Formats: sequence, C-alpha cells, structure tokens
Amino acid sequence: MALFKRLVEQDRPALAFTLDGLPASGLQGDTLLTAVLTCSEHLRGSDFSAEPRAGFCMMGACQDCWVRLGDGRRVRACSTLLEQGQVVSRDPGRQL
Amino acid sequence: MTANTHPSVVIVGAGPAGIRAAQTLHAHGVNACLVDEGLRGGGQIYRRQPENFRRQPKALYGFEASKATAVHQAMDKLATSIDYRPQTLVWNAEDHRLDVVREGRAGSIDYSHLIVATGATDRILPVPGWTLPGVYSLGAAQIALKYQGCAIGERVVFAGSGPLLYLVAYQYAKAGAKVVEVLDSAPFSAQCRALPALFGQPMTLAKGLYYRAWLTAHGIAVHQGATLQRIDGEKRVTGVQWQAGGEPQTLDCDAVAFAHALRSETQLADLLGCEFQWSPLNRAWLPSRDSAGRSSVPGVYLAGDGAGIMGADAAEMAGELAALAVLADNGLPIDAVRSEHLQRKLADIERFRHGLETAFPFPEEWAEKVPDETIICRCEEISAGEIRATVNEGHWEINRVKAMCRVGMGRCQGRMCGLAATEIVAQCSGRELQGVGRLRGQAPIKPLPFGLENQP
Repeated sequence: MALFKRLVEQDRPALAFTLDGLPASGLQGDTLLTAVLTCSEHLRGSDFSAEPRAGFCMMGACQDCWVRLGDGRRVRACSTLLEQGQVVSRDPGRQL
Repeated sequence: MTANTHPSVVIVGAGPAGIRAAQTLHAHGVNACLVDEGLRGGGQIYRRQPENFRRQPKALYGFEASKATAVHQAMDKLATSIDYRPQTLVWNAEDHRLDVVREGRAGSIDYSHLIVATGATDRILPVPGWTLPGVYSLGAAQIALKYQGCAIGERVVFAGSGPLLYLVAYQYAKAGAKVVEVLDSAPFSAQCRALPALFGQPMTLAKGLYYRAWLTAHGIAVHQGATLQRIDGEKRVTGVQWQAGGEPQTLDCDAVAFAHALRSETQLADLLGCEFQWSPLNRAWLPSRDSAGRSSVPGVYLAGDGAGIMGADAAEMAGELAALAVLADNGLPIDAVRSEHLQRKLADIERFRHGLETAFPFPEEWAEKVPDETIICRCEEISAGEIRATVNEGHWEINRVKAMCRVGMGRCQGRMCGLAATEIVAQCSGRELQGVGRLRGQAPIKPLPFGLENQP
C-alpha cells in the first residue's frame, strides 16, 4: 500500500529504480521520498525501536527520511531527486 | 568608489528575504554570494516545483501567486549575474568564514558582511503517535502538494493552530484531496478578541476568513478549541483521538498534518556569537537585531523568519532593509526614505503578528497534559516522562537536561523537539520559560556525509 497519493502532475516520464532489491517505479521530478512513499509505507526504521518512519518535515531539517543509495551514500529522501536506475535501500533500524 | 573596495557580502538562504537582499545589493552594484540549501531558489513558502512540472503559479500559491512569481523572477535574473550556489549547506560559521558542503565536496567562503536569512520550520507540540508514517508537519504537507503534486494520504486530518492550518487544509481540498476535518486548538473567543489587531492587515485577515469559509461551504467540519490527543495506528496512521470541551472524539483517517505555527532557524546566528534576547511573542530566544537588521556582531545582519516569525511579506522587506544597512555601513549611498518606509511597514506587520498570536494562542496547558509515554525527541526516542524524571532529579537548564537524558541530542539537533522539551522543563520545574535556557547550536549544524572531499 502507498502512503502518499498523487493528485496532479502525473503525466511525467516513468523512472525505474529498485527498492530493497525489488523493481519499483517513480516519475521524473519525484524526490526519493515521493517515489518510495507512492509505492510503499515507510522510509527507514528508527534507531531505538525499529519502528517505521516516513519522514516528517520534508524540508531537510528533521533527518528522519534517510535512505541509502547503491554507491553507499546516505541521503535525505526529501531533498534528493530520483534518478533512473537508482538503487535505494531502507535501513531496518535497530531495537534496544 | 571602485569595485575592489566593495564589501564581499554573503547571504545564507534564498527565500524571500535572501533573494530581496541579493537583488537590492545587485541594484547598488554589489554582487553578493547567495548560498542556499535548496535545489531552486524561493525558500519554503515560495518553494518551486521541479522544472518539468506544469502547474501555473495560481495553482501553487493561490492569492500569493503574483508575489511568488515576482520573487522567482528576481531569483532567475540574479542566478545568472551573481555568485549563486544552490544545494549548498552552510554547516559552520565563524569570524568572517563559512564552512560549506555541496554534493559531498567541502569548502569555505570568506565574507566581510553576512546576511543570515535561514528561515523557519514548523513548531511541533508532540502527541502520542506522531512518529507514525502518515504524520507530517503542516509545512511538510504543503510541500508534498506544492513541490510534488501529492497528498500525504487519502484521508487527511489537519490539526494544531496558526494561519498555515487553514491555508494548507484549503489547498488540499482545492486540489482534490479528502480533508476529513480541521481541528484548531484555538478557541473561537480568542479569534474574536484578536480582530482589532488583525484589521491592521485587512487583506491577510480576509484571506484567512476566506479559507475557513470555503472549507465550511464545502462540507468540511472545522472545530475550534479542539485538541488533538493521540494519533492511532500500528505501522501507519489509522485514526486520531481529539477533544473539545471535555468530550472525547475519534476520527478515521490515514494521514495527519499538524503544527502550532513556526519556529526560527537560529543556529548560524548562535555560532557567530550573536546576542540573543527573549521573545515572549515567539516563546523563544532569538538573535537581537536593530530595526534595520543589524545583529550584535559587526558585519552580521539578520533577515526573515530566521530572526523571528513575521511571514513572507515581512521577509522580503527585511531582506531589502538588511541589504540597505550593509550598503550604508560601507558608506555607499542608499535611499534613506525607502529604508524608513520599510521599517515602518515592518512595524505594522509586527503589530499584526501580535494579533495573530491572540487569534491562535499557544496552548499553554500542553506541557502539563502531554502524557508521559509521548515521544518528544523523535531522533533519540526520548519521552515526556523521561524529561520529567530528569527534571525531578533536579535538572532545569535545557542543555543540562539534554546532557542527562539526550533529548535534543539527535540528528535534527533539537529542531523538531527543542521547543517542546523546553516547555516541559519549564512547566515541570516551575520556572519561567525564559529561565530554562536555550539549546546551544553546534557545528556541524546538520549531519555531514562521511568521506567529504576538500575542494581544490
């Protein structure tokens, strides 16, 4: 199930990426946050309870939307635009 | 005066304040370096959609479309004529030098004069369940729509208070999203009391009334004096519990947007050694500035919401005014009448801001009532009960409380939880809010990636 709902601007070229190793698709101009949350329900697990998180502030301040890219970079999903072929993985988080 | 005696001015933040500051300097023959963390200028309130999106400004910014367009046009002209550095984070600021990082490469920028226009984020008063997927700040909900054409869910509840509450609910409904209900914590009586002060800015007042009337006319219930109590769900939001006049109520929904107005981003001013003073209006310590925007540190100027919440119109004026102050302080000729005019208009907006605070009063009872199990610090997962236990051990200074229980110690550096934690510490220790201190800024002010390369 998706968390986000696309309302407008849906007539854009599709971009394929992988999410945790599985094929996924977003649209050109999507942030990673939008691309992931329009096809799933979370972005990361929290560091202390592994509870799912899906970002919060969307303006690069809360740091709760980190995902990892194939080249090892850890980025804020809200502030990073999706690119064709990107390898995106979600940290499951940790439990105390 | 020759070009090489011109000050080297750096502006941090390309929102309404930073853009107007850069434009004013440019018009006076001074080309500033404009540094911005965003992909495209405009800041948050006038944030621009990606280049391949097609909506017209009216669809994105409503009544503010012409203002947003004017700011964007100014930005576009500047982008090709000044040193504009988008996607660049200023992570440290010291005497006449900024440390920056852009796409994994670190560097520094020297300045003789600095205009800090770092803007604001939502002010959050947590409730149980606010870390669930589907819960966002009001600003975030607006960005999802404005910047990405998305709603944060299928059925959205809007809660909290402040002008953004009605604006974003209206924008969602207008764009075709299902707005379940609007829960405004401010009682109707407060809004009546505020009317005299609000009449000072009749257009702004009219817009606010219009949004609310539109929601009601479209069958969307707007409740006043309504407090969000809890957000329910296991792996994502399934509903909310709220209360008005002691009556517990529930709503089914899959998303919640909430906030109580905005808070200033003051970390750079702090690192630069600017004096702070208590602002009862903002319930926060803010960097001091004179009426033109000069901070207590020579060569450092402050403009826009980063130095106190006044809104986008005021930010444009304050940006221009700070630029004029920079010019005047360098002995360059400026239009003194214009400067005085801007100062008068800012004073008018300040009065209006007091009216807004009356209309949307801070829910003072929140700190006492927030349940112990509520996560306050979402980075470190520190609860209200853990903060209270730390206070009960005798700690009352916010940095000390942070050291003891780690509230505000996480990756966001207290941006989301700091003010809420301070409210709890003050209430629990029986001290005045301004008496428990303020979270100190620390460099790097946002996390840096490993493996930074130094720029040649």
